[in-house]
Amino acid sequence: MHADPAQYVLTAPTTLSEALTLLAKNPGQHTPIAGGTELMVALAAGRLQQKSLLSINHLTELRFIHVTPNAITLGANTTFTDIRRNPTIAADLPLLTQSASWTGSIANQNRATLGGNLCNASPAADTPPALLVYNAAVTLISAGAAAGETARRTIPYTDFHLAYKRTALRPDELLHSVTIPIPAASHQHFIRKVGTRNAQAISKIAIAALALTANQTISEICLAAASLADRPIRLYATEAALTEASLAPADFPTTLRQARAALASESHPIDDIRSTARYRSAVAANLLEQFLCSLVS
Amino acid sequence: MTTITLTVNNSPTALTVPPMKRLLDVLREDLHLTGTKEGCGEGECGACAILFNGELANSCLIPALQADNATITTIEGLAINSAHLHPVQQCFLEQGGAQCGICTPGMILATHHLLAHHPNPTEAEIREGLAGNLCRCTGYMRIFESVKQAITLTPNP
Repeated sequence: MHADPAQYVLTAPTTLSEALTLLAKNPGQHTPIAGGTELMVALAAGRLQQKSLLSINHLTELRFIHVTPNAITLGANTTFTDIRRNPTIAADLPLLTQSASWTGSIANQNRATLGGNLCNASPAADTPPALLVYNAAVTLISAGAAAGETARRTIPYTDFHLAYKRTALRPDELLHSVTIPIPAASHQHFIRKVGTRNAQAISKIAIAALALTANQTISEICLAAASLADRPIRLYATEAALTEASLAPADFPTTLRQARAALASESHPIDDIRSTARYRSAVAANLLEQFLCSLVS
Repeated sequence: MTTITLTVNNSPTALTVPPMKRLLDVLREDLHLTGTKEGCGEGECGACAILFNGELANSCLIPALQADNATITTIEGLAINSAHLHPVQQCFLEQGGAQCGICTPGMILATHHLLAHHPNPTEAEIREGLAGNLCRCTGYMRIFESVKQAITLTPNP
């Protein structure tokens, strides 16, 4: 049942620069492993294809939470426990704290990293919907032209997930950090996950939302979903349908109808062991309605 | 093969093992510490939970190389001495918090971790603290009773 661990090579470079040099020498040959909560499961199940792995868990250069007045930057090695224990994140980015709290069990949150969650790129992952509505940016690093130098590029997180389990990360790159602008205090935050049980379930469906309302009208809205497509997605069509939409009692049924229609137009869920496409679409629409109702009440 | 040094239950140890060998197997096979159990082997059940640098972790998901220089406490390292159990162990014994015993080492270490971070946990915090540990025998109520007794016995176990 178990794979023979002796078939695998695991190296632990002492510095980040050393790790990037190794990746640059043989791009695609080494799979980075951080907390191991995904790849070690694959190993035990005998389905870990990559035979050479690069341990980055101990690289303290990647484990930090940096707070400025406008944004919070989290190093890729930030664990979900680090996120949950940070009071600034809880106050300013509550959707991130909430999604970290339901990412696996506490034992897994102590090991699993934000960078691993994003690079594993599951369409059902817990933190991506929160990061998508917060308009996060990701910084990717690789070995620079001169020895010891680091090349870096920062892209919007909305451009990170390209297809099912495919990301914009090149084989010679590591995810360095995620930078999240702090929304104005007047924004309303919403996130809800539907799984089989409360503890450590993988999402059947999850929706995150961030909105600003004024005079019974939605002035700004960001929406994102897990398990509604082949990757975590922003719901742009639904956002467009809801921007400047009226929340006044007389108009609200129309607003709801238009929101549901727009959501259906951009939902592409699948049937799998956890749920059905039909269930996912129906529950996603219900979650959206729950959020919109919360804006009215 | 790679050589790692680690401290397990206060004893410094050096071992030569495959770097991707699961820490669970290193503990059980190389160090003969069979108190740490394998349940699901995929991080869902918590039977293999240990304290890894003071934090609760599932040892089935830790490659041996990542345990280099780590400080580990397994269930064997919790008792005060051969005559006195750790208060959390004593409470599980007195409240019937253990039946078949497979989940018990992980449950006790998860309780230890919970009380270290929440010395006076609410019911919700107890349930969340143990949510990663599955038990097929007790129905959990006697486990929760064990945790509640442990709260009253020791403010900081």
